[in-house]
Amino acid sequence: MKRADRHRMAFGALARTPLRTAMLLLATAIGVAAVLVLTALGEAARLYIAGEFQSLGTDLLVVMPGRTETTGAGAGMMSGATPRDITLDDARALLRSAAIETVAPVVVGESSVSVGSLERDVTIMGTTASYATIRHWTMASGEFLPDVDMERESPVCVIGSTIGRELFRGEPPVGRWLRVGDRRCRVAGLLAKQGVSVMVDVDTVVMIPVAMAQSLFNSAGLFRVLVQARSRDAMPAAKRFVLATFRARHHGEEDVTVVTQDAVLKTFDGILGALTLALAGIAAVSLLVAGVLIMNVMLVAVSQRTQEIGLLKALGARRSQVLALFLTEALYLALLGALAGVLLGFAGIWLLGGLYPDFTFRPPVWAVAGAVAISMACGMLFGILPARRAARLDPVAALARR
Amino acid sequence: MSPQLRSSPTPDGAAILRLERLSRSFAVGDQLVHALDGVDLDIAAGEYISLMGPSGSGKSTLLNILGLLDRPTSGEYWLAGEQTSTMSDDRLADTRQRAIGFVFQFFHLIHRMTAVENVELPLMLAGVPMAERRSRAREVLRRMGLEARIDHRSNQLSGGERQRVAIARAVVMQPRILLADEPTGNLDSVSGGEVVRIVEALHDEGLTLIVVTHDQAIGSRAHRRLLMRDGKIVQDLSG
Repeated sequence: MKRADRHRMAFGALARTPLRTAMLLLATAIGVAAVLVLTALGEAARLYIAGEFQSLGTDLLVVMPGRTETTGAGAGMMSGATPRDITLDDARALLRSAAIETVAPVVVGESSVSVGSLERDVTIMGTTASYATIRHWTMASGEFLPDVDMERESPVCVIGSTIGRELFRGEPPVGRWLRVGDRRCRVAGLLAKQGVSVMVDVDTVVMIPVAMAQSLFNSAGLFRVLVQARSRDAMPAAKRFVLATFRARHHGEEDVTVVTQDAVLKTFDGILGALTLALAGIAAVSLLVAGVLIMNVMLVAVSQRTQEIGLLKALGARRSQVLALFLTEALYLALLGALAGVLLGFAGIWLLGGLYPDFTFRPPVWAVAGAVAISMACGMLFGILPARRAARLDPVAALARR
Repeated sequence: MSPQLRSSPTPDGAAILRLERLSRSFAVGDQLVHALDGVDLDIAAGEYISLMGPSGSGKSTLLNILGLLDRPTSGEYWLAGEQTSTMSDDRLADTRQRAIGFVFQFFHLIHRMTAVENVELPLMLAGVPMAERRSRAREVLRRMGLEARIDHRSNQLSGGERQRVAIARAVVMQPRILLADEPTGNLDSVSGGEVVRIVEALHDEGLTLIVVTHDQAIGSRAHRRLLMRDGKIVQDLSG
């Protein structure tokens, strides 16, 4: 029997029972589509997080006070109490390296801000002009903090878009005065809407010069220093310089932690990658269910076509030919189902993309290939039992059935 | 496949089918039923044989064993000089395909296929290319007087036409032996007569013809008439 004939015959048998075939295709398709959509969701989350960190720049080092043994977002992150603070002088010393483009010291605290009788508690961030450069922020109006010496307490501030809207009630805030704690500052600029960036709602932040924040919160220590290397390649040199500088300035003690975006990103990547894999696994179960369904229906098909099988044997079909014929049918179901599933999956993903345009929904290539491969394997595996039953039918008994 | 199976019938009338003390028993419940009980039989190439007897006498079992669809419990069956008991499953299938044609009472056509596709089936299983098998199948159907029915599906055909398609399918591989199990059992007398005329014409061309039937009128047309009872051949009339 020629291969083309076997395919034609298997196809003819499937086409004869369109409803049954359509139902089986649907079952397989749903399984494959589920794998695609779920992994696309997992990937979207991963890409979103990756994008967040990418927006910080991959050539960024974060220096935190305190020594942690592990890399990544560790214990020193939230505690201000460390043996030795990072000071503005420390930050300034970092600028001497050729590998370092710029640094931005950061102090963070909570304070009340008010305009007239309107008051609310907000996150205050003390930093310098470099911060906007590092974060690639854009202004809705006015300017960012002035590029002056770190020690200067210029009475200016920059506000997030939500603060601008709520405290100034739609009036242009630039040039107006704002009370921050017990100080007054002039609004130099209004940030363009940034949304949530690295899990901080930038739109509700008020930014003031770092020296002013230090005296406002009565603390000489910095919360962080962001260090931008000249390039990605300069990262190792920059990191070495940072550690050496602090060792020299802190009496030989390396009491800071330097975190690269890559390290943090890798951690998130690992977690979200595992999540995607778990989703894929759950979805693959539905493929298995589809496989069992194919097996059941193929078994019914074999018993419905007992006479036909008997006839083929009487006409000289070998066992292997009958086996191949029914396996081909099962494979056709699996393959066509998988193709339909890929189409269905991409349709679903396209729909999701329309509903949530901020996310990039794209199933990973391995998920598409894997779903198709698993459904083929299922079709094969679950096709074997019915096909063997067909191949082993006793032709006399098969032909005797009416 | 041995070459002598494909050659034309031997003129000297040497046995093409030979059975020696052939028995076939089935376990029915805890009882052993002897469907065939020590049958000895020689059939020469080109014979026309009818096989008659009451229900359960073993004639269908005998036909199935002759057609290699079933295997004897004991005894030997030689087909064209070859011992069949030692043949593998695949060998049996190949021999069925090339040497033996079957005609059944209930036609056993595949409904989703057209007449010509049904006739092509054995050729397809044998791996004959599309163009060749189509022309061979058409030719055989033409000889059966079914030229106008070639592209009809089997459920668009009358009973007589269906059986003629089935005969075309049985002989398209040019077998040496045609086994017919009640070929007219499901047909009216006109269609039945037509079918008998066709298989007799095939016999005239040299085909060894073995017909199982209940119909005395059809059975008596054969040149050699076997009567079976309780798994044994009890009468063997020639002439």
